[in-house]
Amino acid sequence: MIPAFEALAERFPEVVWEDSHGQQVALVPNEQWYEFAEAVKEAGFNLFSDVTAVDWYRSRRDRFDVVVNLTSMSIPARLRMITTADREDPKVASLVPLWPGANFPEREVYDMFGITFEGHPDLTRILMPDDWEGHPLRKDFGVGSVPVQFKASPKAV
Amino acid sequence: MSDTRIVDFWVAGTEEPEFQPTDEGMQEIGPEDSGRRLDEQYGRVVDDDYVFDDEVPDEERMILNMGPQHPSTHGVLRLQVELEGEIIRRSKPIIGYLHTGMEKTGEQLSFMQGPTNVTRMDYLSPLHNELAYSLAVERLLDIEVPPRAQAIRVLMTELNRISSHLVALATNGMDIGAISMMIYGFRDREMILEFFEKTTGLRMNHNYIRPGGVAVDLHPGWKDDIDRILKEIPKKVEDYHNLLTNNPIWQARTVGVGVITAEEAVGYSITGPPLRAAGVEWDIRKVFPYSGIEQYEFDVVTGDNGDVFDRYRVRIDEIVESLKIVEQVTDSMPKGDYRVDDNKVTPPPRQRIDESMEALIHHFKIYTEGFRVPAGETYVAVESPRGELGCYIVSDGGARPYRMHVRAPSFYNLQGLPIAMADSIVADTVATIASMDPVMGDVDR
Repeated sequence: MIPAFEALAERFPEVVWEDSHGQQVALVPNEQWYEFAEAVKEAGFNLFSDVTAVDWYRSRRDRFDVVVNLTSMSIPARLRMITTADREDPKVASLVPLWPGANFPEREVYDMFGITFEGHPDLTRILMPDDWEGHPLRKDFGVGSVPVQFKASPKAV
Repeated sequence: MSDTRIVDFWVAGTEEPEFQPTDEGMQEIGPEDSGRRLDEQYGRVVDDDYVFDDEVPDEERMILNMGPQHPSTHGVLRLQVELEGEIIRRSKPIIGYLHTGMEKTGEQLSFMQGPTNVTRMDYLSPLHNELAYSLAVERLLDIEVPPRAQAIRVLMTELNRISSHLVALATNGMDIGAISMMIYGFRDREMILEFFEKTTGLRMNHNYIRPGGVAVDLHPGWKDDIDRILKEIPKKVEDYHNLLTNNPIWQARTVGVGVITAEEAVGYSITGPPLRAAGVEWDIRKVFPYSGIEQYEFDVVTGDNGDVFDRYRVRIDEIVESLKIVEQVTDSMPKGDYRVDDNKVTPPPRQRIDESMEALIHHFKIYTEGFRVPAGETYVAVESPRGELGCYIVSDGGARPYRMHVRAPSFYNLQGLPIAMADSIVADTVATIASMDPVMGDVDR
């Protein structure tokens, strides 16, 4: 663990630190998500690399994992922080105020998983059409259930 | 010549009253402003259209949709721009027209079939997609590919970087009006695509780099082909410099256009040539090296101003740097196997299938069921021609990824367009879009 992480671990005792194939992972409680991200940014992690989510459907009590990859260009180092979002009303604090580059990818996660990012300036669908129902990357969203829209095609059964 | 001849125009009230004002071609000029209007019509006074107040009422602003079917948007990018005369005040990229759910597809395919899927994302640099995916799977499997496979991977991806940058230069030239550059770029890219075709069997979407190594060894006589590329491309680069770099028209269209500063680029997660053009020395190949690329000598190219011209210069210079790597790999290509010696991942050689029942069963099992990958998650990034290309894979211990996510560089770089285009004129939009080099297959996935 590099010194920047040790200071963070002292400040946030609830955060669980893990090593995944040589990469540092921080499991952050949902309530501390924004506060922790702010501290991480102050520690020098200035490049927002990636945000995505994992749907654990029935295998976990908190259904969604929100995964953020951050990069420090000065050290250089990487940090992956993961938080959970619950089943009925998945909500996570948006990181756009800290890293404006989180705008598009958070919209993508909202579009694909239906996770609400609180404080996001423009949380709308980005890849799917605006009137789309459902969130395609959830595990309970079937594959290939859209009828073909040709004029003369037989009606979908 | 007398000086009595004053005006040849008809002014209302000076001619016969039976004149019909509905006659075509006749215009009515009020007597009170005849002097000013006459001056304008003679061309003695020029009314400048391009003067704008700071405070413009809303009705003077116009929303214009550019795309999705527009030749200079490189696919199906739609831009909603708010215009004030010729000036773009705000803009918003609207994407998703090429969305085919490839991340969902990736969850249905086994780890063996995965590269066929990801190679179609960024179709101008397919080998980088395959490399990121394969590296992620290999890290979960905890296997190390042999040195020859690593060297082949570096060789192929660096050649792919050259071909991708050539397309970027070609389309950038085409959008600004340098049609010769378009022809040159696509012509010179053929040399590299021919090499790919000889080795992998395909010009694009190769499915060549796979978990555990590469699909086949390099073709016999590959060194001669590389020598030809190494000899020809520097000459072509010299041509580009003569054609564009020192061309005053090209400089007038690109210098100071579409500026993205270093702070903006880092803040908006812009990576690759647009970030380096802003003067930030950041390259995944140097910082988090992969596939043994740290043993080769090359420089990270940076620009100064972060404008369209600097992005163009960075791409041209990166072609030269990639050629350096290709030359070093060719000289030091290790001997040995091109696939990992691990029966779990590698199918048996073709000859063994004819001789041995077990080998046939083994071959059948690998290609139908695939191999199981231990549970875990990892994120691996490579430096693609467009920036940081990452692959995040979660495995639950099965033969298919539980979740496969690709961090697409074009998707993040597109966030820089509204910044680069703010308060610029409409004619510069195509130059700015082309210089960001978005590939819509990568953006929408």
